[in-house]
Amino acid sequence: MSPRPGFVLEVDRSTPPTLFMHGEGFRLEQLPVGSRVIYAPEALPLLRDPSEAIRQALLHPVDADPLPSMLFPGMKLTIAFDDISLPLPPMRRPDARQRVIEAVLDLAAAAGVDDVHLIAALALHRRMTEAELRHALGDRIYDAFAPRGALYNHDAEDPDAMAFLGETDKGEEVEISRRAAESDLLVYVNINLVAMDGGHKSTATGLSSYRSLRHHHNVATMRKSRSFMDQHRSELHSSNWRMGEVIRKAGVKIFQIETTLNNDTFPKPFDFLQKREWEWTARDRMTFLASSKSLARTPERVKRSIFQSIQAPHDLTGVTAGEVEAVHRITTAKVMEQQLVVVEGQTDILTLGLPYIGPYNVNSVMNPILVMCLGLGYFFNMYKERPLVREGGVLIMSHPTPWEFHPVHHPSYIDFFEQVLSETTDPIEIEKRFERSFAEDEWYRHLYRTGHAYHGVHPFYMWYWGSHALEHLGGVIVVGGDPKAVRRLGFKPASTLRDALEMAEDVVGRDPSITHLHAPPLLMAQVT
Amino acid sequence: MVVIAEALRGQRIFITGSTGFLGTALVERFLRAVPGCELVLLVRPGRRTTAQRRIEREVLRNDAFDRLRLEWGADFDAECARRIRVVGGDVGADGLALDDEGRAVLGTCHAVVHSAATVSFDSPLDAAVEVNLLGPSRIVQTLHGIGSKASLIAVSTCYVAGNRRGRAPELPVFDQPFTPDVNWRTEVTAARRLRADAEAASRMPERLAHFATEARAELGAAGTPLLASKAEKLREEWVGDQMVEAGRSRAGSLGWPDAYAYTKALGEQALLDNRGDTPVTIVRPSIIESALAEPHPGWIRGFRMAEPVIISYARGLLKEFPGIPEGVIDVIPVDMVVATVIDATARACAVATAGEPVPPPTVVQISSGALNPLRYRQLVDLVQSWFTEHPIYDAQDQPIVVPDWSFPGRGRVQGQLERGVKTLARAERAVAKLPMRGAQAQWSAKLEERREEIDRALGYVRLYGAYTETEAVFQVDNLLTRWDSLDEADRTAFCFDPRVYDWNEFVHTIHLPSVVQHARVKMAPSGRSGEQRSTRLRKQVLAPERHLAVFDLENTLIASNVVESHAWLATRRLGPGDRVRFALKALAEAPSLLALDRRDRGDFLRSFYRRYEGAPVRQLDEDAVQLLSDLIISKSFPAGFRRVREHRRLGHRTLLITGALDIVVERNLSPLFDDIICARMSTTPDGARYTGELTEAPPTGEARALIMADYADAEGLNLEESVAYADSASDLPMLEAVGFPVAVNPETRLASIARKRGWLVEQWTKAPGGPRPLLPIGPRTRRTSFLGREGAPA
Repeated sequence: MSPRPGFVLEVDRSTPPTLFMHGEGFRLEQLPVGSRVIYAPEALPLLRDPSEAIRQALLHPVDADPLPSMLFPGMKLTIAFDDISLPLPPMRRPDARQRVIEAVLDLAAAAGVDDVHLIAALALHRRMTEAELRHALGDRIYDAFAPRGALYNHDAEDPDAMAFLGETDKGEEVEISRRAAESDLLVYVNINLVAMDGGHKSTATGLSSYRSLRHHHNVATMRKSRSFMDQHRSELHSSNWRMGEVIRKAGVKIFQIETTLNNDTFPKPFDFLQKREWEWTARDRMTFLASSKSLARTPERVKRSIFQSIQAPHDLTGVTAGEVEAVHRITTAKVMEQQLVVVEGQTDILTLGLPYIGPYNVNSVMNPILVMCLGLGYFFNMYKERPLVREGGVLIMSHPTPWEFHPVHHPSYIDFFEQVLSETTDPIEIEKRFERSFAEDEWYRHLYRTGHAYHGVHPFYMWYWGSHALEHLGGVIVVGGDPKAVRRLGFKPASTLRDALEMAEDVVGRDPSITHLHAPPLLMAQVT
Repeated sequence: MVVIAEALRGQRIFITGSTGFLGTALVERFLRAVPGCELVLLVRPGRRTTAQRRIEREVLRNDAFDRLRLEWGADFDAECARRIRVVGGDVGADGLALDDEGRAVLGTCHAVVHSAATVSFDSPLDAAVEVNLLGPSRIVQTLHGIGSKASLIAVSTCYVAGNRRGRAPELPVFDQPFTPDVNWRTEVTAARRLRADAEAASRMPERLAHFATEARAELGAAGTPLLASKAEKLREEWVGDQMVEAGRSRAGSLGWPDAYAYTKALGEQALLDNRGDTPVTIVRPSIIESALAEPHPGWIRGFRMAEPVIISYARGLLKEFPGIPEGVIDVIPVDMVVATVIDATARACAVATAGEPVPPPTVVQISSGALNPLRYRQLVDLVQSWFTEHPIYDAQDQPIVVPDWSFPGRGRVQGQLERGVKTLARAERAVAKLPMRGAQAQWSAKLEERREEIDRALGYVRLYGAYTETEAVFQVDNLLTRWDSLDEADRTAFCFDPRVYDWNEFVHTIHLPSVVQHARVKMAPSGRSGEQRSTRLRKQVLAPERHLAVFDLENTLIASNVVESHAWLATRRLGPGDRVRFALKALAEAPSLLALDRRDRGDFLRSFYRRYEGAPVRQLDEDAVQLLSDLIISKSFPAGFRRVREHRRLGHRTLLITGALDIVVERNLSPLFDDIICARMSTTPDGARYTGELTEAPPTGEARALIMADYADAEGLNLEESVAYADSASDLPMLEAVGFPVAVNPETRLASIARKRGWLVEQWTKAPGGPRPLLPIGPRTRRTSFLGREGAPA
């Protein structure tokens, strides 16, 4: 039986309560009759023989010569790969990156290539730990490369390790890892979880620096990207593509390998979380009851470590290699196949249940800024054509939003929250007044380079990510969040969904249309 | 019939005690209301200021002179200079400690108004004896010595009458019935002897040891110089307490309410014995309180007798105050006392000018009890109704409801309060023994504050209880005779008739508004004053003009210590079994390590760092980088780190002084600070391994203050303009050396010190949500530990 496509349910009297993710927990909410609930398509079938599929992709690439023909003794080979922010949740071993890179290394070894570097293309994200690298690449690769310094995290603040390649016709500076730029071949191994990932963004963003990133990680670009998940209408995409052109013209030879995963997000027995509620079995209902009861009694810290240890059963649905743009066209189509749902018309109120994880809190804490980014940056932008919620509409998100931060991973977030958001939440003003001092701060630079901290400027990017939504929306309400933290974000706290809906009516008027984006599993709405 | 101002024209009046409450009012009134007189003020030079400067600062700048400044305008300074002469001296010393010039000036004076006294009811016996008992006699003796014929107007107190019932006439003390037969000379000798005895007793070895222990209990390992000076201070305080107690018990044994009244009474007697042919008038006021009209209604100086009691009551601290409801509280406005004294001076001068023979000594009592009595119940009702209408607000902006008094006996109130103090003191001692810091330590500081407040209330009851139980009625016949002899003009200008005012009005519209204003209590819910205070202090700390910000590390910026970093580094390369063994051993050792640390931080570090003996330099260097994330940042106080950076942004120099090792802090924290001073270990000659020995003494205790001072000197920075952040009393030398000390998450002792000295206290916490490892052991890496080479952990 082929997987069922996504669909839109209209809530009637017989509809069971709808599941809302709520950080390290979940809530069942009875949506008003007439509300719509958008469900993602079911998981696509997996590749039957992933290793063979990878081998075939490397031997028969799209618009490029087979990989073996590009490998020769004495060459400089660099393999860059996506960092801990992908996929979500982290996948079970073996990770897609491990499978692909092992295949690439086999070919390289066969061709007598011995100058190989592996770089975690993390741009301004935090450095991956030894355990995380081992998980992504496997122990064999780690033990072979890490001890001799050939496997490492990208360091965008090491002036000697960056190479300036030129400017785009719009004056955007392009600077990427010197090792990657000076290699005879750069192989980029990606995991394409959402439509924004991959393509030229892999190298132009993943291996670049603040000097480069600031040209598209800014409020103006984000507000012109509608959405940044839709490459045809994304200024972020265009900018990366212009940079990709500069990289190509500078003579950097890139062999792009992109992989796609299905949306099988939760392992048993939590797979009911991705089922449609009326299809829950008795066992699902039992599991739901038991887990919500026991979660209610579990300390936050323990809950967090339970959820953070979830490894998703999702796996490869496709692997494509070759020329960047050609590969990315195929990948994007595959992502859309898994995620796209057609939705008729916009809504007054969009409701979201925010999960415990986002790209920037793997093995970490979902702090309030990340809550904002996940809701207004990621979920809000999961649309094509038009946003799900109308202009001036209200976004209601459900998340505990604790006033908590991971001191090692997010030190500049703490200061951003205390010093910047306490003064203003306006992205333009924040960008103008504060960005530079955080971005060029010696201490944050030190923590980014030697510790495991996101770059000083990263919380700003989180805020910019939500700037399109901030401009578009008439209000944001957080259900079940820490009121103080929610207010600091500039949002309104509500203790129940019912309260939130009533508060929203003050903005959008009476009898509003309500739509719930039932994610995860991730889905993208094509709003007609 | 005397016209006061006329009688004083061209007269030069010598005044003692002009920096006091009554004295200030006297000087102002003489200057303003008696234009023809000149004043000579006897003032004791301060330790750092001259007598002249004291008059300018302590007297002429007082708000008593606002009216005169307005009247005289630009001429104020010139006029004061013309009419006031200041001479340095001391009524507590023979010959008033006058120099030749001073004696010459005294020789030109026509009258002496002696208002100097130690008015504190609980002053040490010998101090009270020197000033109150011997002061008046010294004045007449000095006058005799220079052949002066000046008259003496000596201010005494009605309470020389002692704890008696019934009428207390305007007669010399020893001419009154029921006065004990004491010889003042014997009392003087005995008081001086007591001081010497107490001094000797305080120096007995066991006493000295006790002071040293107490100092240590209060300050902890603060270093020898600080502990020594604290112990000496405690010794002096102990001697003082002994003398206070001696005064109280001697006065009590003779039937006086306190040492003040007792020494004043004997002082009168001594004066009469020594007066020779000096004309003497003794003016005895009762309890002097705020002014009725002059220089302006409600004027008061200092926090006097009734005010602290009233404020304690309004704050809800004094739930009861002993007293007899129908008893008379004999209060008299200060301006009436002033007028009485000026009138007495004028009369004495008039007699002298007229060349009349020396009259016998006269006593004038100025008090309200006989003519316009204020009953205790009435006073309490007035105070209660006023504060019910104008409540004081507490720290939470809630109005404080004043309690009803039931007029219990003194014993009961005292008993209640004493029990309260005991309980709190016990709780405080228990709390102080707990290893608390931060918010909990603040809590113990609050406990201490509360105990002190009750302690103070108890002090008031002990001190002033007798005054609310007085049943003596002070006669004012002489006063009335003098009042009747005045003409209308003088009566208007120098009113001293206690019948003219109404107590209800005086208490409600004059006295209480003035009291709350002077006490600076919160009379409106105007935001949180506590917060405003810390905000203000924080602004001072972060003012651009500061020079240097010095930080301690452990518990000031991170919630970790040298033991943890050692455990982390040592276990990083141990096998699983060894790791557990190591952790257990470390836990078992913790108490003894803690004890050593408390005794002497320097010794502790020296002995602890021995554990690094033989550790490979390269390996530790490698691992220390990972320690930044796993220990330092994980356990950091983000607000603290933010503060360091704020200082740097403001252009202040930032300096870290810590006993932690260079391998741990230097590379990891150097981007945060301009400079780091830390402990360093020497290495073996080949540079491969650490020896476990420090290259120099670790920067702890008073050494920190010295290092900081040297650093500031070398860099041309001023410590007065600098800020220091620390968490423990052992950092006291460092905190005291700077102009702006900040106690961060202070442990109990420092919390209490910071509260007393009004330092900024910061409560910095770890980031909520940060990792909380159970044991400080490093994440495993597959290489061997430096302990592995030695076998088991040292």
